[in-house]
Amino acid sequence: MDQLTWTGTAGTLLLPLLQIALLALALGLVAKLLFVLAGLDGPRLPSADGTIAARSPGDFASLGIRYSFFAAVAAIFFMLAAGAVMPSPVEAGILGAMAVRFWPVWAALAATFVLSLRFRRRLGLYGKLFDSTVGMIGFAIVMFWVFTAIFADVIVTHDAFAQLSGLKNKPPGIAAPDSAYGWYLLGGDHLARDVFSRMVMGAREVLKIAPAATLFAFMVGITLGLPAGYFGGRLDTVISFLANLVLAFPVILLFYLLVTPEIRNTGIPVVLAALLFIFPIIFLTVLFNSRFYTDPTKRNIYVGLTLLIGLWAYSGLAFNRDPLGIWSMQPNMLNVFVSVVFVNSPGVFRIVRGLVMDIKARDYVAAGQTRGEGPWYIMLWEILPNARGPLIVDFCLRIGYTTILLGTLGFFGLGVSPDSPDWGSTIDDGRKLLNLFPHPAVTPALALMSLVLGLNLLADGLREESLKD
Amino acid sequence: MTASASSAASSTWDPSQPILEIEHLSISFFTRLREIPAVMDFSCTVMPGEAMGLVGESGCGKSTVALAVMRELGKTGRIVAGSMKFKGRDLAKMDDEELRHIRGSEIAMIYQEPMASLNPAMKIGAQLAEVPMLHSGMSKDEAWKLARQIVADVRLPDPDRIINSYPHQLSGGQQQRIVIAMALMAKPALLILDEPTTALDVTVEAGIVDLVKELGRKYGTSMLFISHNLGLVMDVCDRICVMYSGEAVETGSVTEVFDKMRHPYTQALFRSIPLPGADKNARPLISIPGNFPLPHERPKGCNFGPRCDYFEKGRCDETDIPMAHVPGDDRHDTRCLRWQEIDWSAPPAKRAVKEKAAIGDVVLKMEDLRKYYNVSTGAFGGGASKVVKANETLSFEAREGETLAIVGESGCGKSTFAKVLMGLETATSGSIMLFDENVQSTPIQKRNTDTVSQVQMVFQNPFDTLNPSMTVGRQIIRALEIFKFGKSDAERHQRMLELLDLVKLPRAFADRMPRQLSGGQKQRVGIARAFAGGAKVVVADEPVSALDVSVQAAVTDLLMDIQRENKTTLLFISHDLSIVRYLSDRVMVMYLGHVVEMGTTDQVFSPPYHPYTEALLSAVPIADTKVERKRIVLEGDIPSAVNPPPGCPFQTRCRWKSQVPGGLCDREVPPVQMLADGHQIKCHLSAEVLATMEPVIKIAAE
Amino acid sequence: MGLFVLRRLGVMLLTAIALTFVVFYLTNLPPNLEKLARTEGSVRMTDEAVADWIVKNGHSGSVFLRYGQWLGVVPGWTYTDEKGQSRGRCFQIGEDAAAAPRFCGILQGNWGYSTFFKSPVAASLGEKLAATGWLMLAVMLVMVPTSLLLGVLSGMREGSATDRTLSTFSIATTATPEYVSGVILVALFATASTGISPLLASYGLIEPNKTLFLASATSAMDDITFWNFTLPVMTIALYGIGYIARMTRASMTEVMTQQYIRTARLKGVTFRNVVLKHALRNALIAPFTVIMLQFPWLLNGVVIVESLFNYKGFGWTLVQAASNNDIPLLLACSVVAVVVVLLTQLISDIGYVFLNPRIRLA
Repeated sequence: MDQLTWTGTAGTLLLPLLQIALLALALGLVAKLLFVLAGLDGPRLPSADGTIAARSPGDFASLGIRYSFFAAVAAIFFMLAAGAVMPSPVEAGILGAMAVRFWPVWAALAATFVLSLRFRRRLGLYGKLFDSTVGMIGFAIVMFWVFTAIFADVIVTHDAFAQLSGLKNKPPGIAAPDSAYGWYLLGGDHLARDVFSRMVMGAREVLKIAPAATLFAFMVGITLGLPAGYFGGRLDTVISFLANLVLAFPVILLFYLLVTPEIRNTGIPVVLAALLFIFPIIFLTVLFNSRFYTDPTKRNIYVGLTLLIGLWAYSGLAFNRDPLGIWSMQPNMLNVFVSVVFVNSPGVFRIVRGLVMDIKARDYVAAGQTRGEGPWYIMLWEILPNARGPLIVDFCLRIGYTTILLGTLGFFGLGVSPDSPDWGSTIDDGRKLLNLFPHPAVTPALALMSLVLGLNLLADGLREESLKD
Repeated sequence: MTASASSAASSTWDPSQPILEIEHLSISFFTRLREIPAVMDFSCTVMPGEAMGLVGESGCGKSTVALAVMRELGKTGRIVAGSMKFKGRDLAKMDDEELRHIRGSEIAMIYQEPMASLNPAMKIGAQLAEVPMLHSGMSKDEAWKLARQIVADVRLPDPDRIINSYPHQLSGGQQQRIVIAMALMAKPALLILDEPTTALDVTVEAGIVDLVKELGRKYGTSMLFISHNLGLVMDVCDRICVMYSGEAVETGSVTEVFDKMRHPYTQALFRSIPLPGADKNARPLISIPGNFPLPHERPKGCNFGPRCDYFEKGRCDETDIPMAHVPGDDRHDTRCLRWQEIDWSAPPAKRAVKEKAAIGDVVLKMEDLRKYYNVSTGAFGGGASKVVKANETLSFEAREGETLAIVGESGCGKSTFAKVLMGLETATSGSIMLFDENVQSTPIQKRNTDTVSQVQMVFQNPFDTLNPSMTVGRQIIRALEIFKFGKSDAERHQRMLELLDLVKLPRAFADRMPRQLSGGQKQRVGIARAFAGGAKVVVADEPVSALDVSVQAAVTDLLMDIQRENKTTLLFISHDLSIVRYLSDRVMVMYLGHVVEMGTTDQVFSPPYHPYTEALLSAVPIADTKVERKRIVLEGDIPSAVNPPPGCPFQTRCRWKSQVPGGLCDREVPPVQMLADGHQIKCHLSAEVLATMEPVIKIAAE
Repeated sequence: MGLFVLRRLGVMLLTAIALTFVVFYLTNLPPNLEKLARTEGSVRMTDEAVADWIVKNGHSGSVFLRYGQWLGVVPGWTYTDEKGQSRGRCFQIGEDAAAAPRFCGILQGNWGYSTFFKSPVAASLGEKLAATGWLMLAVMLVMVPTSLLLGVLSGMREGSATDRTLSTFSIATTATPEYVSGVILVALFATASTGISPLLASYGLIEPNKTLFLASATSAMDDITFWNFTLPVMTIALYGIGYIARMTRASMTEVMTQQYIRTARLKGVTFRNVVLKHALRNALIAPFTVIMLQFPWLLNGVVIVESLFNYKGFGWTLVQAASNNDIPLLLACSVVAVVVVLLTQLISDIGYVFLNPRIRLA
């Protein structure tokens, strides 16, 4: 079996096209920037007879950028599409073969988009996301990785931990004669494991922790930020001081102090977990109580259920003492999780506090006060729902930030098992031989970058759409 | 058009020709979904030295016209038809460079919010001097000199200090004078004023209006004056153009349009505004039914058709209606098909006069109420703390079924008073007796449900009064839940629907989100919510001031109807004396935390006045040519409540101060004088001097 | 104003004390001390021996007292063993205990002795800080002008093609943490097998099997050149550029919609001067704060980049100290980090006040 080429048979035609397009794109961008700086670029004005005045040089550069960009996108698309219809990886090339492996993701993405576009007018802010190109691209990228994480078992070509002899540091497309699939699509790493499969499994590692940790950080930040902003005064001073304390710590230093095997022996992570994990329970309990205290039956049901499920999960996650053994977390996972929540919470706190201080001056808040609502009802039901726009945007951005933080942890080898396929530690493994064999490090690096980019674009689209109201 | 051709055109312009001639102008905004026409077929002419008023409710397109003249329509706005000739040259066809030469030098603009219109990071002098430096190539020193002179011209004290300060160091009135000065720096031929006084207090507004009029005369500047306030337009302008939903509906000289209106909308508008010369019995307000149409939902034919009393089906809703000239008058046009058929002198249809509910027992009694705040001065809370006296010895009582109006400008303490009464803040001293219960030091959390539900509030800003993320019905039901009304959800739902009926809203609104409602509708929901627990005392904090005039009347009437049925005590906080005169039984005038005058409406609105009341009455613009009023313009601005003057709070601006011997006003807070039955004034003036006061407002004999 | 600075300094001092205490507590946890005992003594020490070592070396007792000693506000510990030999925090065995000063914490300038580098902390850290200082300086020189320019250019005409292109670039760089951009930059510019180096070599522009840029910045410790310093600097700067450019853009677009900008336009000011004279100063207030508050994150970048490019500066030292359980060095590193962060916060606060006339004179 031969080594695979990147683009297979389709590439002979499309590859030169792609090169030309990319070159033109780069030239166009440089030219445009120069024109803008030289002031040769301006808005077009209707001249006296109402026609459009002569185009400025900047406009030509813009046109060039646009067409070369479309050409490049088209070339890449056709390469992937051509690869997908080719019978074997040899003709499909590496890109095509990867496109085939991702088929469940494509199917799921297509279904999501068809359904969402169909019903977008009934879906609120989520539906409006599909009015924004940037938002849609971001959403597509994020969902790509989400589906990849879900279907990882189907997508991988090899076991992410299996080492095949003779494939150490081999370049992408190398034939793996001893395996069922036959090729290492993105080459082998320094322990002769399949880079492609590790990258796919890495998505699962990242997406398992990042959103959950961000959600917990939001619970903590909201539960503390609401009263700090609403009541102000000494309470605010104290909590804000503590939050600034955490924010003033360089994150890396904090990680080096908080995520170590030694610290696990002291039980500090468990104490932190006990402290941080109680917040979601407090949040939900207060949420339901403030709303339904006028109707005790309903209140008792909601609060009771919250406490039952919440404390059950709490005992398992924080103390690993779940009587039924369903909720539990690895000690090193708990350590990482708690640290990430701890680092993120003050940021959320600050945003929530600022939003509350802004919204609490509104008349509907005063109206709530004058009819004798309790402070928690006003915070949770009058203020919080109206702060949701900025919070959702920040949530997306913060998942990205958390992903970066998790990568940082992996990069310094903190808190993860040595052969874990998560992207941060894979980059760390690969960088030692970066000069000679870049592919094991570049692959997860690009994956991580694209996920965070997707989240940022999604946040941008959401911000744009939520401002339109 | 090249630059040389345009300068040739302007040199051939004959000063007897119109300075601005807008013909059949149509402007649209383009969104992703559709084209939204903002102005259609708009024509008007401004002669040199003439002041043209553009009047209409919000959304009628008057500001769009102003911005179109400046060619400042943003990315989405575009002129789709018509021409705008300025000194004979079409503005719509100018290129950027030509426009830049005209803007600021030939046409200048004055804006609604002075604070936002000035660059916060540039000194006043630099912002002023920029204009002549740009347009006539003046040197920096000369330009600053000119700036100093113009600042003195707009009657600002201490011009040397002012040109070296930043905008935030000036008060609102001073900032607006700077904006005016900036507009005058290049001695423009045309001045566009976009609601220049809306953000200011009435007494400050009066000063600005006088200044604008005087400067207009002095420099012979033509003016395009945009306002929603008919009285103001009458004060300032020679000619008027009434706009409705993107169209000019009537145009003519101010006296002709005011006295001989020939369009049903103009007539309805005049009938819906209260005049301080009349009360509810002499001249009941008539609101315009229905709602202002949204730009993309305009009806066919006459835009005003669906709300018009004279609407004729099959005729008014058939074709676009052109402007028709009213013969005999000077350039008086109307956009009505039936104007010749309508009997314009017929009085409005009489409505059943509703019996006023009898005024009952005292329900609310305040005695010597004081509310002081400790604020720390200095930029960062480091300085010494100061006491702000927001309310100073407030004593009054309010009875069942009575409307007590609380009048005052910004900083007078009326909002603090409301907060203390509601229990959102506790008073520093004094007592508040509510149904024989002292609630002075009871914050709202500690009050029992009955007390809370009996005292409710209607808020000022309709866009802020409802929670934007909860349905209308849900918000009312929540109030019912809190007031422990009803035993089941079904019962409360039923009561919510009844409350919607009460405020004359369709029941289907229960499921709407607040953003789907207009300002007036939101205010109605706010009223329904306030009355959910059967409130006995309702504090209405400027409930209609943010609404358009045609809606104001309807909401005011609604409040009064509910009051009559429920025998509610209404505490009506307002700065608008016209509406106060219209609906209140008694009036309390406040200035810097002091009650300066209190009495029945008749007592307060006729002499003897407190000097402040007198000035306030005089400052209110009145849209009635038959009313004569004495012009009293107060000097300066309202002092800050943080740093009030010693002695009488009003002494810095009082025109009667010289009548008090011995400089008493500077030293001592005046005692409360009881004049007639229940009429009290806080002033040092002797009874003899007070007796010499003349009425401010006189209805001229016809 | 003076009072404000004083209050601010007070809060800073409190923050510094709290933070250093937390670091002290976490680095002096019993497991860390046991590990230290075993590295200093021998790996096969019995538990009793370890406990004994800890007592003998002044690591026992209340953590508050030990923190006080380290800080220099509590007299240093002394220990006299059964042989009558005494030693303590402020003197070595054999030295005269009476002659030694009583206090010897960081307030007295005693930063301790690095157990990993086997040298006084103060000396080695100073040298490392200087190296990092050059790196930071270069980063700032690249990052600040570039990002402000990009932000202003894209913010002055919101929604234009320029804006969209530059915004996409900014979003992309903020999505690329240093360990990713570093890897990609090295792969592109500093490997002999991929990227542009083989291409350039084939054109004969560089020697074969050499790379355009160097993937290691170790040589920059002695001699900074364009070829060994560009990649580390760009790696740190890229992330910041995107972030600050986005902030500048947001601030610029907001300012451009303000009414005073319309006022200026309607005065007949040219677009160029609207941007330069009216918008810029107002638009730069917010990014200034952001640039200053970027420092904690820059510190992160420094740590990552110095490990990635093997540049022996402050960040590299921090990693070495942390992974080798070098308690005095790690403490010193955190003191430096905390002080840098707090100082930039103070500068940001004061600078904000000076940039914004509304606050200055209110």
